[in-house]
Amino acid sequence: MIRIDVDMDKCQHYGQCVFEAPEVFQLNADDKLEYVAEAPDEMLGDLEAAADVCPMQAILITKA
Amino acid sequence: MDAPLLIVGASMAGLRTAEGARRAGYSGPIRFLGAEEHAPYNRPPLSKELLQTPGHGHAEVAFPIRSALEEGVEWMLGRPATALDTARQVVTDARGDEHAYSALVIATGLRPKPLPIDGHGLTGIHVLRTIDDAVALRDSLRPGANVVILGSGFVGCEIAATAAKNGATVSIVTQSRVPLERALGPLLGAEMRRRHEAHGVRFFCGESLFGLVGDPAVERVILTSGVMLECDVLVVAVGSDPNTEWLQGSGLDVSDGVLVDGGLRAIGVDGTVHPQIFAVGDVARYPNPLFDDVARRVEHWNLPTETGKRAGQLIAAQLAGDDCEPLAAAGFAPLPSFWSDQYDAHVLAFGMTYLADRSELVAGSLDDECIVEYYRGDALVGVCGIGMRGAVQAYRSKFAVPARQ
Ligand SMILES: Cc1cc2nc3c(=O)[nH]c(=O)nc-3n(C[C@H](O)[C@H](O)[C@H](O)COP(=O)(O)OP(=O)(O)OC[C@H]3O[C@@H](n4cnc5c(N)ncnc54)[C@H](O)[C@@H]3O)c2cc1C
Ligand code: SF4
Repeated sequence: MIRIDVDMDKCQHYGQCVFEAPEVFQLNADDKLEYVAEAPDEMLGDLEAAADVCPMQAILITKA
Repeated sequence: MDAPLLIVGASMAGLRTAEGARRAGYSGPIRFLGAEEHAPYNRPPLSKELLQTPGHGHAEVAFPIRSALEEGVEWMLGRPATALDTARQVVTDARGDEHAYSALVIATGLRPKPLPIDGHGLTGIHVLRTIDDAVALRDSLRPGANVVILGSGFVGCEIAATAAKNGATVSIVTQSRVPLERALGPLLGAEMRRRHEAHGVRFFCGESLFGLVGDPAVERVILTSGVMLECDVLVVAVGSDPNTEWLQGSGLDVSDGVLVDGGLRAIGVDGTVHPQIFAVGDVARYPNPLFDDVARRVEHWNLPTETGKRAGQLIAAQLAGDDCEPLAAAGFAPLPSFWSDQYDAHVLAFGMTYLADRSELVAGSLDDECIVEYYRGDALVGVCGIGMRGAVQAYRSKFAVPARQ
């Protein structure tokens, strides 16, 4: 499994991550980020891409 | 041993290219040659969080190094490249050492344009591109300091917002009619001016510097109109120039950054493509078929990642001996995206707003949250929002490469 942590003090809810891994990241109706904290290993590429495009560099991906 | 994939410029675009090459299957040696002493770090916080947070340094902004780059990668930092010989496939560094390459990545980015007048060696004059610049500037932005910022692009405006929040007295001197004029147009530019003024920032538009007074530190600046401003800190933020001096005489077209084709492969002054030489990030100049066929340099943060991924694919194919032409011909049409934080305004944009000849408010109200569309003729070339993230994000799908006639 892969663990996903978003530093919510840093996150500005830009939603760039949503386009790389919509299964994990979403903007809710109030334009606030929601995400799931764990994902299967096959998603590593997409999750790294999401971490790369985050303007605040708020996403931490770790292999659990 | 095989010559390594040599990446000149150890910053975001170089890092993303190395990651991209690994992801595309390249497992050979990689060598970074970087002018700065620091491992790759993220620049946007330099005008924002890092500039207002004492104690923050490289650790707070360093990019994580992914496991794919833990092995087979040599970091030669503090060693700027000085020359490229494409015939012998070697790069020379400032110590005179030569570095052979199998493929070369040019990722040397930009540097701030200097003070446009003679500074007479006065102290108190700053630019902002590197973390060392940011730390030096932060130390001088004391509450009560008189800060004059020359230039009203993103970097200048963000420094102004940060300094004003810290209690400095801030003036922006700019030749433009409104701040951020080129990027955001007259409508949003005027609104950003209003927001800055609400925080006490003064604007001197249609102005430039005439002279400086002080010894040994700057004390006052004189504007072209004759206005004199108290000044303890002068920040020069009037745009950037590409770091391509080391490529002079190499035969590459470096007339404005490094000209590359849709595969990010360097093009020579004679028009030939160099299949082993790539340019990525801010220093690269390439056409984007989303808009037209004009090659441009684009200085937005998402493009080091986009160009790096793309170059990485071609590098892996090239070094594996595969035919790169189909990949290169597939075209490269990344959607530029930029953001900016000034006070509580979170600006997010897609496209090339600066190509527009008109802009139009389509949602919300300017003095609150809003969306502005940018048009060149009838074609949508960009969108920019303050807040309203979900609605701005939804615009991404509206930018598409027009079908060939
Ligand atoms: C203060 C600041 C704030 C920004 N904020 C935003 C923002 O909010 N939103 C946004 O979209 N974009 C922003 N940007 C733009 C974004 O950071 C850049 O687009 C990005 O850093 C470009 O990355 P790069 O790797 O192409 O170039 P750079 O990061 O400039 O890296 C080039 C590297 O090459 C090195 N180098 C130069 N010459 C040589 C040589 N001869 N030999 C070896 N190495 C060399 C340099 O020292 C540098 O380390 C900001 C930029 C700055 C400076
Ligand atoms: S990209 Fe980063 S800042 Fe934007 S919503 Fe995702 S985590 Fe938050």
